Amino acid sequence: MRAELVVAPILLPLCTAGLMLLLGEGRRSAKALANVLSTLLSLAIAVYLMLEVDRQDAVAAFGIYLPGNWPVPFGIVLVADRLSALMAVLAGSVGLASLLYALARWQHAGVYFHALFQLQLMGLYGAFLTADLFNLFVFFEVLLAASYGLLLHGGGGARVRAGLHYIAINLMASLLFLIGVAVLYGVTGTLNMADIAQKLPTVPHSDRGLLHAGAAILAIAFLAKAALWPLNFWLPGAYTAASAPVAALFAILTKVGVYAILRLWTLCFPATAGASAHFGGEVLVWSGLATLAFGAVGMLASQQLSRLASHSVIASSGTLIATTGFDAPILSSGALYYLASSTLAGCALFLLVELLERSRQVEVGPQQLDDGQDRLPTFFDAAPPPGVNLDDNEDALIGRAIPSALAFLGLAFVVCTLVVAGLPPLSGFVAKLAMLSALLEVGTTAAWTLFGLLIVSGLFAVTGLMRVGMRHFWTGREGVVPRLRVIETLPIGLLLAASLALTLWGEASLRYTRQMAEALHSPQGYIQAVMSAQPVTQQAGGHP
Amino acid sequence: MEVVISLAIGVMAGAGVWLVLRPRTFQVLIGLSLLSYAVNLFIFSVGSLAIDKEPIVKPGLAADLVSYSDPLPQSLVLTAIVIGFATTALFLVVLLALRGLSGGDHVDGQEDKA
Repeated sequence: MRAELVVAPILLPLCTAGLMLLLGEGRRSAKALANVLSTLLSLAIAVYLMLEVDRQDAVAAFGIYLPGNWPVPFGIVLVADRLSALMAVLAGSVGLASLLYALARWQHAGVYFHALFQLQLMGLYGAFLTADLFNLFVFFEVLLAASYGLLLHGGGGARVRAGLHYIAINLMASLLFLIGVAVLYGVTGTLNMADIAQKLPTVPHSDRGLLHAGAAILAIAFLAKAALWPLNFWLPGAYTAASAPVAALFAILTKVGVYAILRLWTLCFPATAGASAHFGGEVLVWSGLATLAFGAVGMLASQQLSRLASHSVIASSGTLIATTGFDAPILSSGALYYLASSTLAGCALFLLVELLERSRQVEVGPQQLDDGQDRLPTFFDAAPPPGVNLDDNEDALIGRAIPSALAFLGLAFVVCTLVVAGLPPLSGFVAKLAMLSALLEVGTTAAWTLFGLLIVSGLFAVTGLMRVGMRHFWTGREGVVPRLRVIETLPIGLLLAASLALTLWGEASLRYTRQMAEALHSPQGYIQAVMSAQPVTQQAGGHP
Repeated sequence: MEVVISLAIGVMAGAGVWLVLRPRTFQVLIGLSLLSYAVNLFIFSVGSLAIDKEPIVKPGLAADLVSYSDPLPQSLVLTAIVIGFATTALFLVVLLALRGLSGGDHVDGQEDKA
């Protein structure tokens, strides 16, 4: 594998975005074409990286690139291992789906949509591929800055209000990130993640408290990003206000926080870390459980599909953070499979939201029922709307053809429900089964709590989604057929097909995540691979 | 010198936190700026404070932190200042947009009903 390929997914969107800015405000179709090509190409590179990393037989396999060609602890390092490659592929897939959807109408809502979109992808790829703590901060800021712009895409009072909250929260989180990085640098004298992990066991006892404080402050920054309870009240408002393709793209943003926790916690605080072994593991487990419970109750309480989708994102984050804290490779393996499955399904759900709302021209209940106010929702639909046939014997309903658009929406919604709630036969079920069987082996109190919560949250998810589904598909609809365009249905179909593929090739996917989990939980391989990377010498004809 | 720097960081961080918790958008903006100054000073100070020491290695002087100041925090601060400035400017734009759309400067876009 050519090492330069590791940096390609970052450079490609950056150059494309720069090119788009040069094109000015017009030439929308040229920009759209460039955006699609660049997104496709970077996804292809990410997939190639994943296959390449997986082909090497060792438990931990790496593609390493030194952008400045400095020797390792001094310069920035980019590393593609199984986890980074998987996250990059997920980012690319979610990006491609959102972009295709946006081509239908949302791209016309603002001038710089395509450039911001490419910068967002650049930040995502960079955050997943970098192995340097401060470089991670820079890529975080790149993806956050782009996400501020994308969240405001389309304008309007609700978006600006949600955007202001979102920016304020994320600026605070970034400041905490900086404090954490500075403390870790002060204690260990390095910013390279592998080097930090290597030096942690030798930190003198007097500095141990400072080290732990720094790590905890850093973790708060990531956990606020990952929407951990009680740091997640910004999420439903922001994701509900965002336009559909942007909300779908944001399905991967919480996973960036999850990724950072997964990467740094397993790297720095494994069982072999001496005095710091499993630092904060309990906190991760129990706050993850609280987040999962919060998300599940939120799903049940949501009256609006977009808020329900936001809470499903929170529940998925909670599951992932909780499973990380157990430090059990077999559990992480299931959780990583769940990460892929829930990201794809969450993205599809956010895309479906808008199509369903559009198809619902007969508004049965007022839209502002679930506007975040502190009052109990009045349950509508108590009396059937006029024209609804409630009698089984009225023959008028029989034989009425279901419009194909409605059939597609219904089918896609059912598939989404199955994946999000973790019902057989799709990938959500495989993921939950893998996690549940692993939890049986762990067998602690926390494990049993997670076991119960996973099942209950599935029940809550299916109840909430079914209620929304009944309201959208079974209520009276006098000749109203939603108008869908192929370009809007295509990305949803692709995402659900990817979920189906995850199920069909479940054995291979689970083997991949198992090897990933084993490499994550025994970080020596990662540390050695990064520390032994050599700069390219001029004699070898390499280009730095 | 350590006391002066610590006091400066503490006062700015305290004032920043108080302002960020206020309900007016401009107060939040100033609070975030103060906090970012505090954080920048903090990053600068983790590289150990020194007077009259250069970060660039000179021939004939042993290359360790006894004779030089640590150059890395200084470059980190530079990056953090640039990023912080850009995001604060963006926040200011959104603040003005909200001011125009809602006609008030409350962070929620409307005054408390209580």
